[in-house]
Amino acid sequence: MLPLLLALGIIVISGCAALTAWNKPRLSSCIGAGGTVLGCAVGIIPALEVLMGGATRSLRCAWSMPYGSFFIELDPLSAFFLLPVFFLSALAAVYGGQYLMKYKDTKKLGPAWFFYTFLVASMVLVCLARNAVLFLIAWEIMALASFFLVAFENEKPQVRRSSWIYMVATHLGTACLLPMFLIFGAHAGSLDFDRFAHSLPQPLASICFILALIGFGTKAGIIPFHVWLPEAHPAAPSHVSALMSGIMIKTGMYGIVRMLTFFDVPPLWWGWLVLAIGIISGLLGVLFALAQHDLKGLLAYHSVENIGIIMMGLGVGLIGWSAAVPSVAILGMAGGLFHVVNHALFKGLLFLGAGSVYQAAHTREIDHLGGLIKKMPWTGACFLVGAVAIAGLPPLNGFLSEFLIFLGSLRGAISMGADVAVPLIGAVAGLALIGGLAAACFTKAFGIVFLGEPRSKTAADARESGPLMVAPMALLAAACIAVGFLGFCIVPAMSGVVTGILGFDAGPELKMAGGSLGSITAASTALLLLLACLAWLRRFLLSGREVGSSVTWDCGYTAPTPRMQYTASSFAQPITHFFGSLLGTKKRLQLGGRYFPGAAEFATHTQDMGYEKLYRPVFTAVKQFCERFLVLQHGRMHLYVLSIVATLVVLLVWQLR
Amino acid sequence: MEVLIETAMMLLILTDMALLGLSRLRPCIAASAFQGMLLGAFTILAHLHALAPRIIIIGLASFALKGFVFPWLLRRSIREADVHAELEPYVGFSLSILAGIGMLGASVWLSGQLPLAAPAGGSVVVPAALTTFFTGLFLIVARKKAITQCLGYIIMENGIYVIGIMSVVHVPALVELGILLDVSVAVLVMGVAIFHINRQFDHIDTDQLDSLKG
Amino acid sequence: MHLEAFMNIFFGIVFAPLLAGIISRVKARVAGRTGKPLLQLYFDIYKNFRRGAVYSTTTSWLFRAGPIVGLAAALTALAIAPPLGSAAPLAFTGDVLLFAYMLGLMRFFTVLAALDTGSSFEGMGASREVFFSALAEPVLLLGLAAVARKAGTLQLSELLAAASATSPELVLVLAALCIVFLCENARIPFDDPNTHLELTMIHEVMVLDHSGPDFAFIECGAALKMWVLGSVIVGLVLPGAGENAWLVNGAAMLAGMFVLAISVGTVESVMARLRLLRVPQLLMTAGALSAFAFILVMR
Repeated sequence: MLPLLLALGIIVISGCAALTAWNKPRLSSCIGAGGTVLGCAVGIIPALEVLMGGATRSLRCAWSMPYGSFFIELDPLSAFFLLPVFFLSALAAVYGGQYLMKYKDTKKLGPAWFFYTFLVASMVLVCLARNAVLFLIAWEIMALASFFLVAFENEKPQVRRSSWIYMVATHLGTACLLPMFLIFGAHAGSLDFDRFAHSLPQPLASICFILALIGFGTKAGIIPFHVWLPEAHPAAPSHVSALMSGIMIKTGMYGIVRMLTFFDVPPLWWGWLVLAIGIISGLLGVLFALAQHDLKGLLAYHSVENIGIIMMGLGVGLIGWSAAVPSVAILGMAGGLFHVVNHALFKGLLFLGAGSVYQAAHTREIDHLGGLIKKMPWTGACFLVGAVAIAGLPPLNGFLSEFLIFLGSLRGAISMGADVAVPLIGAVAGLALIGGLAAACFTKAFGIVFLGEPRSKTAADARESGPLMVAPMALLAAACIAVGFLGFCIVPAMSGVVTGILGFDAGPELKMAGGSLGSITAASTALLLLLACLAWLRRFLLSGREVGSSVTWDCGYTAPTPRMQYTASSFAQPITHFFGSLLGTKKRLQLGGRYFPGAAEFATHTQDMGYEKLYRPVFTAVKQFCERFLVLQHGRMHLYVLSIVATLVVLLVWQLR
Repeated sequence: MEVLIETAMMLLILTDMALLGLSRLRPCIAASAFQGMLLGAFTILAHLHALAPRIIIIGLASFALKGFVFPWLLRRSIREADVHAELEPYVGFSLSILAGIGMLGASVWLSGQLPLAAPAGGSVVVPAALTTFFTGLFLIVARKKAITQCLGYIIMENGIYVIGIMSVVHVPALVELGILLDVSVAVLVMGVAIFHINRQFDHIDTDQLDSLKG
Repeated sequence: MHLEAFMNIFFGIVFAPLLAGIISRVKARVAGRTGKPLLQLYFDIYKNFRRGAVYSTTTSWLFRAGPIVGLAAALTALAIAPPLGSAAPLAFTGDVLLFAYMLGLMRFFTVLAALDTGSSFEGMGASREVFFSALAEPVLLLGLAAVARKAGTLQLSELLAAASATSPELVLVLAALCIVFLCENARIPFDDPNTHLELTMIHEVMVLDHSGPDFAFIECGAALKMWVLGSVIVGLVLPGAGENAWLVNGAAMLAGMFVLAISVGTVESVMARLRLLRVPQLLMTAGALSAFAFILVMR
């Protein structure tokens, strides 16, 4: 336990030190980023040890907090979630060191680093805490630190609005967690997690499950509680978006998975519910992403989609668990958890890439970008790796986790009765559709942003980012590739984690899945060899021949301009049109000129469904309800005091009655 | 044997699909004609092991009636009423197909629940028949034109017919002939009605019947 | 591993371009023309391999990577598609998925290469391609899942072998897979490979700017894609003739592929291209067929 506490200490102290150096931006960045990297390097060692089969470590101290105890534990599940926390936090810190330099004259960087380190430390603590009070404290620090980070550019009204939406949404989530822990605590007689296990009878267990689903799901960003994601991620600085999207939302997933270990074998409808949420989140997430014009907004909706995929994995696992089909349960859980890590890698990478694009071109508007791969070759190549990975294509890591989920669902779908096979085949169809649409979305994102000609002056003047921003991206890209090829050793190593959740040995099944993944690695290797051969063949064929260069085929137009290129909106139009009834995209078209065409204007806007259909009506209703009490707000102090006294007296009487 | 019957049922489901997805009247009528011929052939196929003259007559009659006479009647009324070829659906075609999946699922589930004596030809027959029945209902509900409603009745009757044929050994053939007669009357009546609607209001959109109200 | 496992790879590399020749010959015959030689695509590929190349100044390295990745992915998919009667060299539990996603990888890079040219025509084709294939992918997997449930296995070769026993649900899956086949290979009624208007094309318009060896790679890749998807359909219909009858199996495979090509030619002769708005509906119908098949298998 000591190395972990040491890591936490280094991270927190470096944050405080960075805060004290607030008037020297370079120094405070060095301290903040350096301390985070050092702390993460120290912390990742025990996590790796436990994952490799080391013993679970725990530490329990008394604490003066009522019902609280300082009880932390490092088991395979925690270690599994800590791995991406440490890895991505360190890389994002290095990236942030250079990224924030742009703001060194306009902003104080000390607080930014202070909150960054606290965000990292609180995420570590969330994964370690084994007492509800400790957990909730860490959870709240996480929410507050990320709130201040989202509000970094608080001079912009849009950013202020986004950070408030985030604040409110995340606390609504926490509001569901409190009663859940209280129910658990009331039945177990303690708020320590190890006492929770198998303590709840059925109707209460289901209530707790629903509360946890809403509470943790809000943090994770499942539909319809995802409203804060597309607001907060674009508003935050890019390294923070990477951290939030890559791992902070996964703490919600961690919460759900951790909570599953408190229950007995779940009823079948839990699995149905989780799977349905997963499919809906995945599908709507990717569709809304397709309709986005903002690069980071697009990535944010893809986080919703990927959380959906993870939920699908968990749902498949739950269904297999309830139906007592170990192979389905193990493959689904393993696939979902593996996707947690994979998503952290490629989504972190993509957000860092989007940040580089933003700093170089000063806009996130996809339709204003273009041709960046020539100006920013490294960012472009890394973003491409991320795009292939998130589209779930071989040979990269995204494919492997989706493969496991597919395999689990297909296993169940081809062998079980209708109550199990129907949701599972739905998962297969849903995942395939999501995969296809994600590929469409990332051909759009990469193709329009990086390929073709620049669509605006700023995009044409873009420059490659500095080495400290490129290096973390390159490392993440390398990690995506490495995980893609090493899946056959990684997945069997997850058996401890899955066993810890399900309670039966997952080793043999995962070893078999590892066999399939080994064949995939063989196929990927063959693919790479073929690539090399073909590249060599073309070089051989073209050597000594005439290789000309010309303009793109323009169908005879005399003066083609970059503005004639297909834009992101036009690229996605067939899809957004087909799914129009789900998206509710608003179009505005103004044609100029009466008899001869003049300047015309066309704009589309897709408002978020969860915000429009759920949050806005509810909040409007609450506001209207509360406005009735405006009469009480009359501004006379003595009447206020009177009402306080009256309330106290009533309570006293009620208590002593 | 079994395989032939099951294949016939698959083709029946396929024609249901086609009816749900097609957007023009004439192909729809062609699909229903194909379905009629299929059912005629199916009648004989289902009883190959004990072929009675009665069954051959029923088979041939439905083959001729549903495969040729009804479609001819429908086509004639289209021609005479000068109906526009598009179907004008209330429910879009993509959604109709999704509904089709739902109907098949429901039929499979229902056929498991119904206390039917399992008819010969495996349990695929009842789901297919129910799906056909539901497809007919769906067409009546979800399409605007009077002529598609007529088509819907025919399809619905096809579904009933399949179940009838499977139990024709137990049930007197009169029942089946009665149903056939029923539908032919229905077709005639609808034909006349369509003709009149058309004469009166110049179109056969039943939605517009609302305007008759005071 | 027996040598016959590599039969499909061999056949695919040698005979894949022949399918296009057969299709166009059938179309020509139906239209009363003599048509181009059966081996026309071989000549085209050979000629393109001998040419130099012209690259647009707009393009980057991705434009050059597109054809290579496409062909490499198609070849890898070929190694997963099983020959009749034996397993493919790359056969494992769940290879169905790798098969589908390899084709996805091929598409991804073809689309990116198209977008790299900055041409609106190619953007248009790319946009349609990703949409239609996103709808086609679930159809393929659902259809194969229905067969897998019947066969009780998730390995493509075992699955196809078990499916060959006549089962009526197969009719539905077959219809669905044929629709996917036509869609993925850009044939009528989805796409007309012979049209002369860039605005109406899907696949052909995406490769307008490629030339020389790059274009040869693309044509090889497209031919191979048709072969691998076709061999799944043929494998679904024809039963394999045991382990050691490779001669019979090989002959049956070739005959099956040629019959498939002839039927595609016939379909192309009697049908017109669909309006683009209707394409998603046809794919949904195919999806419904796959779902029907699965429901019926599940009974």
